[in-house]
Amino acid sequence: MSIVWCGIIVCSIIYGGISGNMEQISSAAIEGAGAALELIFGIAGVMCLWCGIMELLEQAGALQGLARIMAPLLRRLFPSCRGNTELTQAISANAAANMLGLGNAATPLGLRAISLMDGGKGKATDDMCRLVVINTASIQLIPTTVAALRASAGCATPLDILPAVWLTSILSVTVGIGATALLKRWWPD
Amino acid sequence: MTSFTAWVIPCLIGAAALMAELRGVDVLPAFIKGAKGGIRTSFKILPSLVAMLTAIHMLRASGLLEALVYALSPLLTAMGIPEETAPLVFIRPLSGSGAMAVAAELISRYGPDSLVGRTAAVTLGSTETTFYTASVYFGSLGIKRTRYAIPAALCADLAGFVGASFFTRLLMG
Repeated sequence: MSIVWCGIIVCSIIYGGISGNMEQISSAAIEGAGAALELIFGIAGVMCLWCGIMELLEQAGALQGLARIMAPLLRRLFPSCRGNTELTQAISANAAANMLGLGNAATPLGLRAISLMDGGKGKATDDMCRLVVINTASIQLIPTTVAALRASAGCATPLDILPAVWLTSILSVTVGIGATALLKRWWPD
Repeated sequence: MTSFTAWVIPCLIGAAALMAELRGVDVLPAFIKGAKGGIRTSFKILPSLVAMLTAIHMLRASGLLEALVYALSPLLTAMGIPEETAPLVFIRPLSGSGAMAVAAELISRYGPDSLVGRTAAVTLGSTETTFYTASVYFGSLGIKRTRYAIPAALCADLAGFVGASFFTRLLMG
């Protein structure tokens, strides 16, 4: 992550310097920092809403039910789930929120899951990497934002892309999981 | 479809409240306890978000993204990705709002039912803002050594871009 971050900044400065975009880069850096705070203000309320709803679902026992259904699959993907009900619940709720297209609900749940995996060593475990990869690969059943975008452009059947979206999602999640299994060899724990 | 998706969020909120009430949970204090956790999480991810967004805004302002698209578009075309949607390949993992703007522009310029418009929509709908997600997840715990998470996530992204172009052409071309 650090290398990626430094790389982006250094490459931007070098390229911007050559092409004479330094002024834009200078103001963009300040803008970007401000945009982060704006983004947090924008999503903090929704994050609170979903965290509150999840607490209700948990106390009502709904998350436990969901976790039971998904446990066999999750134990296979995430060995640290074995014997850890709290983690199984968090991951299954994260996956369910992702599939429903509730990104803002999925984030706090995924963050809870990854914090339950953390051993405090400042290093990502195999399960953490896999959780992040699955969350970056998108497993949304109904891409509502895109559908709205198409509808607003005058499309009468904005959801006719669903089969293509599902096949693509299955492909990318499978490749992502496969890549974690393969790349593990070059980055030993 | 808009009527269906409009039901999801309200019903989920209603169902959660009702289920908890029926199970004898003290609903409002429970909700507030959960919501407090949301505030903590939001502010815990702020520093890593500042880092990521600063870098990404600099990258976008430098013009490097356009240069990369230009330089690599023959390679992407060879993988079956239409020339018009090539910018999405670079902007999608970095910036959600940026990718949204690019896709919206393609959809309105080529039409939502054109191959380009559909490929853009499928690409947007089946991929995520990888760097944002990864920096939020790892940043919330202060994890510096992310090992193979980013390379593996980028493999999944690449599969998503190629797959979106392929399946769109196959099913709707």
